[in-house]
Amino acid sequence: MLTMFRWIVVRDLTLAWRRRADVLSTLFFFVIVVSLFPLGIGPESQLLRSIAPGVVWVAALLASMLSLSRVFENDYHDGTLEQMLLTPQPLLLVVLGKVLAQWLVSEVPLAVVAPLLGVQFDLEPRTLWILFLSLLIGTPVLSLIGSIGAALTLGLRGGGVLIAVLILPLYVPVLIFGAGAVDASIMSGNIQANMLLLAAFFLLALVFAPWATSAALRISLE
Amino acid sequence: MLEVTNLDCVRGDRRLFSDINLSLEPGTFLQLQGANGSGKTSLLRILCGLLAPARGDVRWQGANIRSLGEEYFTAVTYIGHRNGVKEELTCLENHRINNGLAGVELTKEEALEHLEKMGLPGRENLPARLLSEGQRRRLALSRLLSSSTRLWLLDEVLTSLDRAAVTLITSVIEAHLKSGGLAVVATHQELNLAAGSFERLQLTS
Repeated sequence: MLTMFRWIVVRDLTLAWRRRADVLSTLFFFVIVVSLFPLGIGPESQLLRSIAPGVVWVAALLASMLSLSRVFENDYHDGTLEQMLLTPQPLLLVVLGKVLAQWLVSEVPLAVVAPLLGVQFDLEPRTLWILFLSLLIGTPVLSLIGSIGAALTLGLRGGGVLIAVLILPLYVPVLIFGAGAVDASIMSGNIQANMLLLAAFFLLALVFAPWATSAALRISLE
Repeated sequence: MLEVTNLDCVRGDRRLFSDINLSLEPGTFLQLQGANGSGKTSLLRILCGLLAPARGDVRWQGANIRSLGEEYFTAVTYIGHRNGVKEELTCLENHRINNGLAGVELTKEEALEHLEKMGLPGRENLPARLLSEGQRRRLALSRLLSSSTRLWLLDEVLTSLDRAAVTLITSVIEAHLKSGGLAVVATHQELNLAAGSFERLQLTS
């Protein structure tokens, strides 16, 4: 059972490596969107500091939208997805493998560069660290929930826009608590509540999202 | 082994076929024939469980395939008209990963041997996007060499294959039938099989 999971992850990581441009374009999108704000607003460090959590988190949501619309798309067109549906292992494993690969390739880099971008907003080292942590816990939720939208919009024209309309509203709780954690750290308040809620969302999504995605994939491939 | 009762298929608002009844025993080769759009692919997709029929049952060893779930997939190999070949991966990677997903672990040596047998020697490290259409088909079909499943569902299996490849695939299917397997194949070309019992199903809309 685990060998199957490993095949999926290794396969998707190899494919991502062969298509580096796709991965890098998402990362650059994130970097540019975040960097536009300090340039547009000017050097008012107080204002920048207070908008930083929201800006970074919103940019992360948009960047993950970009990469999520591609999770199943290529496999759908070349017929490998229907083969994955016919594997003698539970489809949940396939979905989890693909989501894990997507997260490693497209979301972890966002969390890693976020502290660097945070410097532009005059954030303190401790806050940068919290920003990194909140993204690290929050982005798996984005991948998991986003995979449902990607599976539902598979093969539809204009799927990219549709997936944003479907999924962005579901991202709201993650956005609120993710940005909330960073906000609390700026105010030197207690971040624990926000972080625990993010972790709870993660566990909840881990249980329900792969199941919903599997069902959506079966419907999309009919 | 494989029984189909009163099968109806509706795609959109068009009825493709209705009341199809089949009962296939081990060693049977069933050729699906019919004009373009008569529902050959849909029937194969229903048989492998990707598509739900509008009415009717598909039973494998007496059990409905819908209730068998993943257990049924250990008995089935489906190769659709989309090859399931990743353009960015090399032939060797494609072959090993396709097998891995079907639950068959291949060593590198075994995989190389299969590719050589399928007429792709020296191309194992070539990205699949550089292959011709026929070579891609060969690569997709090389999965049959390592397949231990009982039921093969093959869609337009001989398209874009040259004569040598057709002979090779015919012999692979013959060996499969001899060992008690079943094959349901949609094709316009005739296969001259020396083994197994041959049946034909003409789909008319």
